Formats: sequence, C-alpha cells, structure tokens
Amino acid sequence: MTLDRRNFIKLLGGASGLALAGHAAAQGKAPAVSAGSAAEIMPKGSARRVVVIGGGYGGTIAAKYLRMLDKSIEVVLIERNKEFVSCPFSNFYIAGLMPDMKALTIKYDKLAANHGIKMLHADATAIDAAAKMVVTSQGRLAYDRLVVSPGIDFMTDEIEGYDAKTPEIFPHAWKAGPQSALLRKQLQAMKDGGTVVIGVPLMPFRCPPGPYERACLISSYLKKHKPKSKLIMLDANPDVVSKKGLFTKAWNSYYKDIFQYVGGQVTKVDTKAKIVVADNFDDYEVAVANVIPPQRAGNIAVAAGLTDDKKRWCPVDAISFESTIHKDIHVLGDATLLPSDGGAMPKSGYSANSQAKVCAINIVALMNGKPTTELSAINACYSAVSETESVSVSHVFKVVNGKIKITASAVSPADFSIAKIEKAYGESWLKNVMTEMST
Amino acid sequence: MKRKWSRWSLAAGALALSATAFAQTPAQTPPTPEMVSFACAGCHGTNGGSAGLLMPSLASQSKESIVDAMKKFQSGERTSTIMGRLAKGFTEADFEAMGEFFSKQKFHATNQKLDKAKVKKGAELQEANCSRCHLDDGKDGKDDTPVMASQWLPYLQMQMDMYLSGARKMPEQMAEKVKPLSREELDALLHFYASVK
Ligand SMILES: Cc1cc2nc3c(=O)[nH]c(=O)nc-3n(C[C@H](O)[C@H](O)[C@H](O)COP(=O)(O)OP(=O)(O)OC[C@H]3O[C@@H](n4cnc5c(N)ncnc54)[C@H](O)[C@@H]3O)c2cc1C
Ligand code: HEC
Ligand code: HEC
Repeated sequence: MTLDRRNFIKLLGGASGLALAGHAAAQGKAPAVSAGSAAEIMPKGSARRVVVIGGGYGGTIAAKYLRMLDKSIEVVLIERNKEFVSCPFSNFYIAGLMPDMKALTIKYDKLAANHGIKMLHADATAIDAAAKMVVTSQGRLAYDRLVVSPGIDFMTDEIEGYDAKTPEIFPHAWKAGPQSALLRKQLQAMKDGGTVVIGVPLMPFRCPPGPYERACLISSYLKKHKPKSKLIMLDANPDVVSKKGLFTKAWNSYYKDIFQYVGGQVTKVDTKAKIVVADNFDDYEVAVANVIPPQRAGNIAVAAGLTDDKKRWCPVDAISFESTIHKDIHVLGDATLLPSDGGAMPKSGYSANSQAKVCAINIVALMNGKPTTELSAINACYSAVSETESVSVSHVFKVVNGKIKITASAVSPADFSIAKIEKAYGESWLKNVMTEMST
Repeated sequence: MKRKWSRWSLAAGALALSATAFAQTPAQTPPTPEMVSFACAGCHGTNGGSAGLLMPSLASQSKESIVDAMKKFQSGERTSTIMGRLAKGFTEADFEAMGEFFSKQKFHATNQKLDKAKVKKGAELQEANCSRCHLDDGKDGKDDTPVMASQWLPYLQMQMDMYLSGARKMPEQMAEKVKPLSREELDALLHFYASVK
C-alpha cells in the first residue's frame, strides 16, 4: 500500500523540516530527519539511557523490566496522555456491563516511583536516528537506545468519505477512551428496531478476536434491551479470523434473531445520510455504525521511517525487536512485523507485554556486551461470548533459525464447558496485567 | 520429617531422556529462567505475585512444585482451563528454568477480606491435619507441596472443590486427612492459609 501524504502532513503538524521527513518515508526511504532547532531537554549525563515511546501495553512493561534488570540504565518513558485506558475489556464497557472505565484506567505515578522511571508526558513527533534524538512537543532528548511501542493508527483513506470528523459520528472505538464512551452512548440512545453495523477491516489489525467479541456483547445488549434491533457485521476478511468455531457457536445459539454475519468490506461512509456502503454491493442504513478502519503502525513509527511500506508495519528482528531499518531503535507491540515461520504473533496486549520483556532482557544484554537469549514468548487472550461466559486462545512462541515459531496454540473447548470459569479468569488476567503496567 | 510426595527422582530420569529428544527443537541457547518466566506474569503477576482474584501466585513456590505442576498440566494428569494448553509449548528444560525462577522470588503477601471466625477455626485445625506437609503455616513450599500462605482464597476454594469432585487427583496421604473433615472445616482451613502473611 502507499502511505498517503495527507496523513503525513497532518501528523507532522506543519513543522517544515519534518514534513520533508514524512515525504521521504512516503517514498519508502529512511528519512533524514534532523532534530532541528527544538531545545534539548533532560540532557543525558554519564548514565546510559533508553528512551521508550508509548506508555501502553508494550511501553510500560519495557520501561519497567529494563529498570528491574539493570538499575544503572536510565529509562525515560514518553507518553502523551496522563492516563492509559485499556482496550482489553472495553467491549464490556461499551455493552453497558461496566459502570465506568475505572477498571480500564491506569496512571503512571506508582510505576515511575517504584522503578525510578522518568516520565515525560509529551507527544513524540520525530526521531533523528543518526543523531539518536527524539523530538517531542516539549523539546528533544538524546538516547542510547530507543524503544517504540506506539500502537496503531488508521488508514482512513481506504474508505471513501471518511475524514477527521467521521469517528465522532461513526466511532471506531478501536482506541479506548472517549471513542468507547461515544459508541456506548449511541447504543443506549438508539431506538429499539435500529440497525447497528460493525465494519471489520482486512487483517492484520489490532486484536483479531476483538470485533467478534464486540459483536457478542453488543448483541447481548440488544437482545436484552432492544430486541427488535439488528446487528450486522461486515467483515472484509474472507472468514472469521479468530476463534471461529467458538464465536459462530455463540452467534448461532444466543444471538440468532439479532446478529447477522455478512462478508463485505466497508468502502464508503456517509455520516450525514447515515449510510455505510460495502463492496458486497449493499448499502446499509444505520442507526449506529462502528466502522473500524484498516490499521498500520502508529504515526510516529511511520514518521520515523520505521515501517516497511508494503506491510504498513515495522520490520524487526526476533531477538531484541531491533528495527531492521534503523539501528538502536526497537519496536514493540501492534506496530511490529516479526520474521515468522508459520503464524505471526497476534497483535494483542498480551503479545506486546511478552515482547517487551524479551526486548528488555536482550537490550540489557546488548548494552552490557553479554550474549542475547533466544525468545520465548506467550500470547493469551480471553474473549467474552456472552455476559457471563468467555473463551480463550493461547500461544507459545519460540525462535527457530531467527524466525518465530508457534510451539503450542489452542482454544477453549467448543462446548463452553469452562466458559463461566474463564470469564472469571479473564477478569483476573486484566487485574494482573494492569497491575503489572502500573506498579 | 519432610517427605516427598511425588515420584520426583524417577521423573528426573525420564526428564533426562526427553531432554535429548527435544535437543533439535526450539531454543538453540538454553532457556534462561527470566526468558521463560517473565511471560507468565501477564496472568500470574510480576515475579509471580498475583494481584488476584482467581489467578494463583507462583512467587516462592518450590522448584519441584512448579515443575511437577507443569508436567501434570502438560500430560493432562492435572485438569486445567488453560495451563495444559500452554504447557504443551514448553520443554522440560523450560519447566526447570521456570521452577528455578519462581522459587527464588520473594513470598507474595496478600490482603484479602476474610471471615475472621473462619480464619480462627482454620488456625486451630491446621496443626493436626495439614501441617505435616504444608509447613510453617503454608509458607514453606517444600518438595512438591505448593505454598498456600496468602494464596487467593477463591483459587484455593476452587482447587479444593476440584480435589473433592475428583477433577484434580489428591495426593493419597493428603486425602486421608481431608476426607474426614467437613466442608465447613475445609473452608475454614483455606481461610486460615489465605490469611497467613
Ligand atoms: C476492543 C479491543 C479489545 C482488545 N482486547 C484485548 C484482549 O482481551 N487481550 C489482549 O491481549 N489484547 C486486546 N486488545 C489489543 C490490545 O489493546 C493491543 O494489542 C495493545 O494495546 C498493543 O500494545 P501497544 O503497546 O502496541 O500499543 P498501546 O497499548 O496502544 O500503547 C500505545 C501508547 O503509546 C502512546 N503514544 C502513541 N504515539 C505516541 C507519541 N507519538 N508520543 C507519545 N505517546 C504516544 C499512546 O498514547 C498509547 O498510550 C484489544 C484491542 C481492542 C481494540
Ligand atoms: C493466560 C493466563 C496464564 C498464563 C499466561 C500462565 N498461567 Fe499458569 N495458571 C493460569 C490459570 C488459569 C491457572 C489455574 C489452572 C488452570 O485452570 O489452567 C494457572 C495455574 C498455574 C500453576 C498452578 C499453581 C498452583 O499453586 O496450583 C502453575 C505452577 C502455573 N500456572 C505456572 C505458570 C507458568 C510457569 C507460566 C508461564 C510459562 C504460566 N503459568 C502462565 C493462567 C495462566
Ligand atoms: C501428605 C501431605 C499433605 C497433607 C497432609 C496435606 N496436603 Fe495439601 N497438598 C499436598 C501436595 C503434595 C499438594 C500438591 C499436589 C498436587 O499436585 O495436587 C497439595 C495441594 C493442596 C492444595 C492445592 C494448592 C494449590 O496451590 O494448588 C490445597 C488447597 C491443599 N493441599 C489443602 C490441604 C489441606 C486443607 C490439608 C489439611 C486438611 C492438606 N492439604 C493436607 C500435600 C499434603
């Protein structure tokens, strides 16, 4: 795919030297970003320094484990927001099954204090790989190694009529927070008998089971509160891409009268007429539209020329997640493209968490001139199929010949015999993973 | 006297055999304790100290108890929701490294809301019934006996239910002690262990 210029200019916010960098990235070359005239902040002392961009599932864990493993390395965590809201479990909130987003929200103060991490609440706008500098809205700062875990941004140009205002009317809710609140509000305000559409983009996207879990929970909400309504899922993929047997079972046995799964990619939106158009030759008149646009690595990764143009993601090695384009820059989480031999690591919070630890172990080894250790990683993901039942998928990953290989992969039993227990285990997972990120 | 309740020494022999069988597969460098164990923390908490409510803490469990549990999960001998599926992706050398890691972590004390009367009753019962194996008020996890002190109560209750229903095989000599006790007495014991810090 080609990266569009418009987005670049937007994200680069007008700084002219940087707009050039964006252009270079759009051509698929590593941009010659210069840290420019921004004032230097937090001047580096004699200690070695790792800067981490992004205080989400990957970044918090990388920062924490780096400090746990080697206190002599200074760690600066750059995050634009004061609070982080978790996407995992946000579908429960959207479907009205959580009073608020408290259980999904963490702050950074304890994490920073417990581990001596220096927080910098700022927007990272560019990376000067040659000078080893990150440019932020507060000024520029130097690093010895940089970890980038920015999550995703959207390729909205692939949908006709989609502009900056579209998500205010057709929320994607694929980044948790105000978008989740908006979708919830729209569902609650909708009259019984309305049509809700969920548009699923082509793979790869953040959280493959996420849209299907959302379909279950919204269906469950409609069944209970607005039983004359319909939920239509337009899936751009040829088939359900995750836990297919389990989700289709839930749809068929619980939500038959509400839910319909339809093949089709959303190609056009009209927020005024409230119409969603799909490439299956159908137009859908909607009361609520949850259009999830196609995704790529977060803007900063694109601006820094860390992405492989065709793949939209950042190619990295499977040792320390070091970029294959820029030295001393490591990329984690949703943004990555890993060498894999049959089965990639899903773009999940669990993967990002597990990758961050592998990355931290091997960054510390590299910075201390020690041998690296071969990756061993886990992904696990609990998804709700109803208000009271969840199912899970789990993977174990090892590396063979420099490529990631799945050594075990399995889903919950198809008869939902443990689904009630897994609902409880899923809640405990959230508690533990959020505690990991915030303490 | 402390006794081993598993056939650990036997298993060690089998382990050496299968370790060779695995020699060509996954890791080319031996797994390090950190590399294989950090990944468990997403569910079990940093360094195996769980924040609750159903996920068990692994911190300070004995090496044998971790290895034994992982092998039983892998073979299916111990019923599980997800551990069996995960264990299949690891080698016995990995299990050893996990045991090495978690046994070295600090004991994880928890603050749980517990019924005080039950805790007291459990404290009276434990000496005569469980302390032979669950040493030092359940804080000392020797051999293949898991640490129970401060373990999350809902997890302990679930495990006891599984033992009683037969879903998890109870060590014979533990069963001798457990069987004569009433449900209330057992629940009091679990309350006691959950309260130990
Ligand atoms: C509805 C839904 C449900 C999900 N459910 C699950 C689940 O049950 N289990 C699971 O494992 N995963 C789940 N996921 C996936 C999970 O949310 C992501 O995979 C995970 O968040 C990826 O982590 P990350 O570190 O790559 O990005 P994020 O967690 O998104 O973190 C990125 C952080 O970087 C910050 N940032 C980005 N750019 C900059 C910049 N330039 N300057 C400063 N800060 C910046 C952002 O503000 C953000 O805090 C779900 C996702 C969705 C949408
Ligand atoms: C997806 C969440 C998840 C992950 C990841 C996970 N566990 Fe577990 N663990 C569980 C659950 C749930 C149980 C309870 C048994 C079951 O139902 O599977 C458990 C139980 C255990 C037990 C038994 C504890 C006791 O005292 O009874 C051990 C030991 C264990 N896990 C070790 C590990 C190790 C080692 C790893 C990392 C390689 C790991 N687990 C990763 C969820 C997880
Ligand atoms: C003869 C030794 C022995 C005695 C006596 C004993 N236990 Fe155990 N207990 C064990 C062993 C060994 C295990 C782990 C075995 C396994 O893998 O299932 C265990 C496991 C448990 C577990 C599961 C903990 C976990 O983390 O999975 C509970 C709960 C438990 N015991 C409760 C009790 C109670 C209550 C008593 C007293 C009434 C008791 N036990 C007496 C040896 C004993």
